[in-house]
Amino acid sequence: MATTHVLPKLVGQRIKRREDPRLIQGRGTYVDDVKIVGMQHIAFKRSDIAHGRIRRLDVSVAKALEGVEAVFTGAQLAELIRPMPIGTPFPSPTHRAIAVDVVRYVGEAVAVVVARDRYVARDAVDAIVVEYEPLPAVVDLERAMTGQPAVIHADFPNNIALPQIASGTGVDASGKADDTKIDQAFAAADVVISQRMVNQRLVPNAMEPRGVVAHYEPGKGSLTMWSSTQNPHILRSMVAGMLGLGESQVRAIAPEVGGGFGAKINIYAEEYVAAAVSKALGLPVKWIEERTEAFVATTHGRDILGYVDLAATKDGKVLGLKLRLIADIGAYNMLLTAAIPTLTMLMANATYDIPAIRATLVEVFTNKTPTDAYRGAGRPEATYFVERAMDMLAAELRIDPAEVRRRNFIPSDKFPYATQMGAVYDSGDYEKALDVALAAAGWEALKAERDAARKQGRLVGLGLSMYVEVCGVGPSASLPTGGWEHAQVTVERDGRITAATGASPHGQGNETTFAQMLADQFGVPLEHVTILHGDTAVVKQGIGTFGSRSQAVGGTALVMAGARVKAKMAKFAGPLLEAHEADLVFENGIISVKGLPTSGKSFKDVASYAYVPVPLPEGLEPGLSEEAFFEPKNNTYPFGCHISMVEVDRQTGEPRLLKLVAVDDAGTLINPLIVEGQIHGGLAQGIGQALIEEAVYDEQGQLLTGSFMDYAMPRATDFPRFELQAMVTPTPVNPLGAKGVGEAGTLGSTPCLVAATVDALREFGVKHIDMSLRPEKLWRIIQGGRA
Amino acid sequence: MSQVAIIVNGKARKADVEPRMLLVHVLREQFNLTGTHLGCDTSQCGACTVLVDGRSAKSCTIFAVQADGSEVTTIEGLATDGQLHPLQKGFWDAHGLQCGYCTPGMIMSAVTLLRDTPDPTEAQIREGIAGNLCRCTGYQHIVDAIQLAAGRR
Amino acid sequence: MIPTGFEYERATSVADAVARLRASNGAAKLIAGGHSLVPLMKLRLSEPGRLIDIARIPELCGIRQVGDAIEIGAATVHHDVATSPLIATRCPMLAEAAAEIGDPQVRNRGTLGGSLAHADPSADYPAVILVLNATIHIVGPGGERVVQAATFFKDLLTVDLDPQEVIVSVRFKPVVSAGYAKLHQRASHYAIVGVAGVLDIQGGVVRSACVAVTGASTHAMRLSNVEHALAGQPLNDESIHKAASIAGAGVAVVNADVHASEEYRRAMIPVFTKRALEKARARSSA
Ligand SMILES: Cc1cc2nc3c(=O)[nH]c(=O)nc-3n(C[C@H](O)[C@H](O)[C@H](O)COP(=O)(O)OP(=O)(O)OC[C@H]3O[C@@H](n4cnc5c(N)ncnc54)[C@H](O)[C@@H]3O)c2cc1C
Ligand code: FES
Ligand code: FES
Repeated sequence: MATTHVLPKLVGQRIKRREDPRLIQGRGTYVDDVKIVGMQHIAFKRSDIAHGRIRRLDVSVAKALEGVEAVFTGAQLAELIRPMPIGTPFPSPTHRAIAVDVVRYVGEAVAVVVARDRYVARDAVDAIVVEYEPLPAVVDLERAMTGQPAVIHADFPNNIALPQIASGTGVDASGKADDTKIDQAFAAADVVISQRMVNQRLVPNAMEPRGVVAHYEPGKGSLTMWSSTQNPHILRSMVAGMLGLGESQVRAIAPEVGGGFGAKINIYAEEYVAAAVSKALGLPVKWIEERTEAFVATTHGRDILGYVDLAATKDGKVLGLKLRLIADIGAYNMLLTAAIPTLTMLMANATYDIPAIRATLVEVFTNKTPTDAYRGAGRPEATYFVERAMDMLAAELRIDPAEVRRRNFIPSDKFPYATQMGAVYDSGDYEKALDVALAAAGWEALKAERDAARKQGRLVGLGLSMYVEVCGVGPSASLPTGGWEHAQVTVERDGRITAATGASPHGQGNETTFAQMLADQFGVPLEHVTILHGDTAVVKQGIGTFGSRSQAVGGTALVMAGARVKAKMAKFAGPLLEAHEADLVFENGIISVKGLPTSGKSFKDVASYAYVPVPLPEGLEPGLSEEAFFEPKNNTYPFGCHISMVEVDRQTGEPRLLKLVAVDDAGTLINPLIVEGQIHGGLAQGIGQALIEEAVYDEQGQLLTGSFMDYAMPRATDFPRFELQAMVTPTPVNPLGAKGVGEAGTLGSTPCLVAATVDALREFGVKHIDMSLRPEKLWRIIQGGRA
Repeated sequence: MSQVAIIVNGKARKADVEPRMLLVHVLREQFNLTGTHLGCDTSQCGACTVLVDGRSAKSCTIFAVQADGSEVTTIEGLATDGQLHPLQKGFWDAHGLQCGYCTPGMIMSAVTLLRDTPDPTEAQIREGIAGNLCRCTGYQHIVDAIQLAAGRR
Repeated sequence: MIPTGFEYERATSVADAVARLRASNGAAKLIAGGHSLVPLMKLRLSEPGRLIDIARIPELCGIRQVGDAIEIGAATVHHDVATSPLIATRCPMLAEAAAEIGDPQVRNRGTLGGSLAHADPSADYPAVILVLNATIHIVGPGGERVVQAATFFKDLLTVDLDPQEVIVSVRFKPVVSAGYAKLHQRASHYAIVGVAGVLDIQGGVVRSACVAVTGASTHAMRLSNVEHALAGQPLNDESIHKAASIAGAGVAVVNADVHASEEYRRAMIPVFTKRALEKARARSSA
């Protein structure tokens, strides 16, 4: 029996975060906190019209201002860097980091200023004079597809960025579609639900705007960049390519990153420009985005129009689904722009066993800020379209929304389940998630509460939504960057553990969860483990943090590397303990022979021996440092069920969320405290989309909700206390069993709130309401109902 | 240029500033107190919240010259003798932060909230931080953190 | 985010402020809390050459009882109004309105005088000041003058105030039976529509009523048709409902923006009029 103090197992515990002490004391270093001697500030002159030809660009006054180092126009920049690259295999128009002749959205850069400080830089931007010949602004999506009122890119007739692609039942590998089965399904249906739905454009709005410091050192011929990015390794590769440098000449650092939500995956013009300008001038430069600038210059999310047709029997069994998607991608393709809506197609099955299913997608250019990933990226849209249709079916057939879903789930004994859309759902038990949620929410009691409230004349409604999500974004075949993750684990001479991970976090708490795993793996205290990340000079390789992949992919790479070090360490310990390495246990900072806890050597002693190996065991090299690349065979597919109660003010139309219950199954949980935080954050964004968030453009292509004055962001007062319940169905895809949780909250909550609101207004005969649920919109429904 | 004298975190400091210089920029760039952040340019987000003469204020909406002669407390001045302030502890214990960008401002708002309302209800807490946006947490753990600090949990 | 350059001065007294304004020949602007002016300057929508800071002038700060009236110094911040025990007991509507302004940090800096001088069409105070029949005390090169609230608000961002004048204080007879109700714009939390109502009640009958709306039009204004409809009526659900239902009928220009169309705003005026009056009624019976 062990007599020594036993270290608790940490995985699965609610461990306080290790990154917090610095952050709660204001000691974190975000990119705007980086200062370098001689550093200049850059600022961009941006187009204030949506579409136009630059007729005159006069930078002379700006250049002459005291403190201005240089001004570059688009044409000058074009000589320094190549056109902007994208990360998808789709066709893309030429896109210059700074516009050369035509501007295509409000916010597109037309010149860049380099100055002593940000005050002078701003003055210089104001002193630049630009005259445009205005061109018609392409704003309306469906008009845009007819080439009206203008064609944005000459090589893309009718503004079609991606001509229609199809997938699902009857579509072969070449994309050719045979409609027989789909048509049969719809012909056999008792009911068909058809609805046009808009999944509106959102502004990601990480609280830290973007920013970059670029420092080219002419003496060394190397560039160091600090950037508020989700993926420093991709940044390094892309910047090197753009500047014609070798990857080994570029070091990219993601310091503390103040949120990303997908919008900091893209590598932006400003990052390339900062690097190019620093190299051209031989000076360090800093660019910090202003919020109103971020509203137009950082990629937007969502903005997919869906035509949804659902065919079913009168018992509510779904026979067929058609999803016709049209994505408004804005003015240009960015890194992943074109790929995001394809994820909506991929997830068109949602949690259901649908005999015949077909999704098509067209992507369209408009004179708006380009779209790209935003928390959930394509999957919330799929969930929304399908779940809304299921609700409409339930309403049409007067079946309980929970019951309609129950009749259509993919059964739990069918996993892994290959959908007709090309996904292989790893594991799941959707009916159980539904039952857990119904019980947690007290569904029947809630219905009674709703009905009682209605009797008093209140407009109260209930909504329910299932979701299945793609996380642990994986195999290399699915990502142009490669879909692996990298880690290196080193046991230092003193027995401390240093681990480097390519999963570069921005709030996910990897320094804590990853340390929990390694501390358990090696049987050492948490404090003895240090996690390094976010610096390409420290972490040799990496992909980054997106697609809820840190834990499932990055975490797995880490324990793989850890296992390799551990195995080697056992080879050093074996001879010292006169035991076979397979009989050793690592516990409580001691390596001992199984069943003989007092026999052990301290972890530290074995570590130092590995670095001064006298004698060196046969066949071993000195040292304890190993790395691993984990290539997942599949994505993971977390799932869950959200239930909400909404009340609408009969006089004003203001909706209010009264209750939200979320049951989420993210597989094995490393740290439930952190997981809850991730879910809360996702819920807030999902609810935000349903209730208040919306990028609204006017006919001239001006963003009307272009600052926090007009773009509503959820505040603490907008929410009740969320009620969470975890379910654990481990994934077989990785040895941890962890699926990922970063985006889940945004999937279920959104359709669930819309459903609750539609339910609240059902006395007015409404079947569907597009988001956001603006009070005026709801008020009009109430008025119409009265009339 | 104007000279301003501000007592920052208990220490008398002086700086030469252009009158148009915002307090947040002087704190960050001249006094190297980079814990105070900037999250917007229209005074909505609260990331820049500090205490000016003991009360929460958005340092992006105050010119440094206006604060001449004032006492300013930033997140860096909250811990005393190496001891975390109860709110800092609360945020740590309750996982009241993720990316941490909103956190300093959030905590400074909560300082004023608890000064005015030492034993707040959940609704009062949510009202008390209504001037601070957080995109990561959904606020629930922040509410918990403030309740912890108020001895309510 | 970064304003254009300017000079900065601090005034030590109201007289000093007036003298400085005069000396600047129109180049200077007063700054009190700065919570309307600084955001405008940061967006370069206002570019004054000189700022004269009046926030610390002692005579401009504080809430006092003067006979049967209450006087609030122009540089008194919203927080102090919202939390003043005197106002809470004698004029709860004003505390209520002050507490609805912006957020805690804004209320710690923004001032009553600044709000009135700036006269944002969706600011909260103007409606309240109107229904209190407050007087606005102004000092300028020619000495002091007193303006009735009813004639103070002229047009969009336009009030009866000369660029060389300083608002010193606001005075009013406090009233308990009054209420303020506001529809918040969901991003900025300014008023889409805000209505303040005062009821003078005797023996269950409305002797007179004062009702004003903000947010709906270019500037805050009295709703005299509602006031007339209530005067002399017994105070009950029906009279409130009837009077409120015509609220806004006479308002010629109603704002429309991305948050609320003209039609919706118009429809909200009666809704919030009713809510304000119901609060007033509840307070009168408490
Ligand atoms: C984020 C945010 C949210 C807000 N939300 C609301 C809201 O919901 N409701 C609302 O009503 N307001 C709101 N405001 C505005 C706020 O109440 C302002 O504080 C107020 O309108 C102006 O007061 P100030 O002292 O800050 O004025 P300043 O900004 O200092 O001055 C404004 C104008 O008034 C002039 N001025 C100031 N004082 C005087 C004086 N004594 N005599 C003559 N002229 C003077 C100045 O020269 C300037 O032109 C908000 C502000 C912000 C930043
Ligand atoms: S930086 Fe957003 S309120 Fe100050
Ligand atoms: S923790 Fe990231 S914004 Fe609040």
